[in-house]
Amino acid sequence: MSREEILKTYDQTSDNLLAILHDIQDNKDEHYLTREDLKKVSDYLDLTYGFVHGVATFYSMFSLKPRGKNIIRVCQSPPCHLMGSTTISKELIKILGIKFGETTKDGLFTLEMTSCLGVCGVAPAIMINDQVYGNLNKQRLYEVIEEKRRVK
Amino acid sequence: MSIYRAHILLPIDEGTIQSGAIEIKKELEKRIEEENLKEEIKILETGTIGVIGKGVMIVVYPDKVTYYNVTKTNLNNIIQEHIIKGRIAEEVEHSYEGHKPVEKEYKNVGLTREQQRIVLDKCWKIDPESIDDVLAYGGYRGVEKIFSESISPEAVIEEIKNSGLRGRGGAGFPTGLKWSFTRAAKGEEKFMICNADEGEPGTFKDRLIMEGDPHKLIEAMIIAGYAVGANKGYIYIRGEYELSIKRIQKAIDQALEYNLLGKNILETNFSFYLEIKKGAGAYVCGEETALIDSLEGKRGYPRIKPPFPANKGLWQKPTCVNNVETLANIPEIIYKGSNWFKKFGTEKSTGTKVFTILGHVEYPGLIEVEMGTPLREIIFSYGGGIKGGKRFKAALVGGSAGVFLPERLLDVKMDFESLDESKAVLGSGAILVMDEDTDIVDMLFSILKFFAHESCGQCSVCRIGTHQLLNLIYGIRRGQAQEKDIDQMVKIAETMFDMSLCPLGQSLIMPVKSAVENFRQDFLNKIQNKNN
Repeated sequence: MSREEILKTYDQTSDNLLAILHDIQDNKDEHYLTREDLKKVSDYLDLTYGFVHGVATFYSMFSLKPRGKNIIRVCQSPPCHLMGSTTISKELIKILGIKFGETTKDGLFTLEMTSCLGVCGVAPAIMINDQVYGNLNKQRLYEVIEEKRRVK
Repeated sequence: MSIYRAHILLPIDEGTIQSGAIEIKKELEKRIEEENLKEEIKILETGTIGVIGKGVMIVVYPDKVTYYNVTKTNLNNIIQEHIIKGRIAEEVEHSYEGHKPVEKEYKNVGLTREQQRIVLDKCWKIDPESIDDVLAYGGYRGVEKIFSESISPEAVIEEIKNSGLRGRGGAGFPTGLKWSFTRAAKGEEKFMICNADEGEPGTFKDRLIMEGDPHKLIEAMIIAGYAVGANKGYIYIRGEYELSIKRIQKAIDQALEYNLLGKNILETNFSFYLEIKKGAGAYVCGEETALIDSLEGKRGYPRIKPPFPANKGLWQKPTCVNNVETLANIPEIIYKGSNWFKKFGTEKSTGTKVFTILGHVEYPGLIEVEMGTPLREIIFSYGGGIKGGKRFKAALVGGSAGVFLPERLLDVKMDFESLDESKAVLGSGAILVMDEDTDIVDMLFSILKFFAHESCGQCSVCRIGTHQLLNLIYGIRRGQAQEKDIDQMVKIAETMFDMSLCPLGQSLIMPVKSAVENFRQDFLNKIQNKNN
């Protein structure tokens, strides 16, 4: 669906802003919002560009930078911390060769931190796109990443 | 409709999916087909059973036997023994519902121990995506009662008031009273909002309610909307909760089809519409006024109170905001009456509470028990005690904005009043258990990091305070601190408590003060170790 088609599915009321931004972002392989997107959305809802930009940067699920095919979100909340998420974070930095907030050169992975994923029963956990991977240790983490690399 | 000899329930949640529940389901379907049992056995995908860390589980009804760690290999054993021969497959780890464990033998203790379930009563017994299933199991009978007996909105509010139900989102405000404020507020148009922006670390009860029994929430919203005088309701769900959003949407669509939502519900004069609003990742939106701003399409900034949402909420109109778990109590209270509900729990904290037990315990997961159940029982009996036979050190009760409870407070009863006496809070009901090897300083560091990230930045006390606290604990962790820095942390948190605009900044006093008061030695060790 094009951006214009997405916009047309919504009424022109400002309470639809978050939903529209979600849809536009999810519709792209690189999972992000461009300035052009924000401009068009602000025109559509009759809001200022600054307002829309402010909203898009407030919420952690929106990104204004292109992201990788696989967005890895590492849960940093206390339950995961207690069960060893620090080791998981360090290991990911090592395996992928990037820091948090960065994307690998091949465009395969983006590494992000996230607050509680709500899957504390299987801590420590990460989320890759829509899927949760829990009860992680170094070995399992390695397997998960390798599998994602193979799928390409 | 054919009648089945037995039902095989397959709880699907994040935990079981990861352990391969989908493959097991396919295998199960294949095997049932092969054994020619399709006419006799029905396989049902349900919401969570509450047990986590036990792999794929299946429950065989009517025998009420739960099997754990089901694999393709032992699945065959279950089918051969239980489904075909009708006896329990002893080789596979299992338990019975309602089976009381021998107290001494912790082997049989666990989350399947008898619980008092009101909120989660249907959660793993029904197909959450089928309204017919829900209706057969007593769904929507609260709504039916109100309209068939023509109970007035005032009488509904009176019933809820009398039940003593208090908000399960953290603050514990009496629900009936909250409703009466919105009802009494002047205004033609009113709104009912369900706060499903569950972001408190260690809490996932609302997700499991929405995934396991979405219709219960729809029913509760209809009743609440009717009581407060709203014709439009919103369910604001966290953006990360994909499955919850999907199931709630499906439930709304089905309810519309059955005229339980929409214009003139069940041919009465009452019309009620429901809409989902999806969050986008901001912890602060769990605060009700921030949630309202976010719902309006703005940044989620908490508002200055008063005016309260009851008078000026969504689009400055009278609004009532309730938590998912609070609402999930409503249908049963209406159907069975407030006196029935009051039989559970304590005098001032009636009913049940859903707790999530996490961290260093044998059986992490969620349980629903009566208010006033001692913490010790929850951790050692339901949670199976400390993992690996280690000693208990602390429990962080109530989520990140909770309190570190030491061993001497293990016998505290889990209700609003008892916890208040022990300077603790019920909060979201998360219980994070830590064993003897846990470093409390490190845990507090993790909490402070979380708050520094999630502070919305609107008021400077919280924006700066959270980072000041983080800096201090960085120093303590590295051993580059003095003893007075420990007390400085408490002082900052106290200032934040006095000055912050919303509960996010105000609540940091809880973990900071309790960690420092109860585990001061942990802090001193860090400082002294490096200074030596």
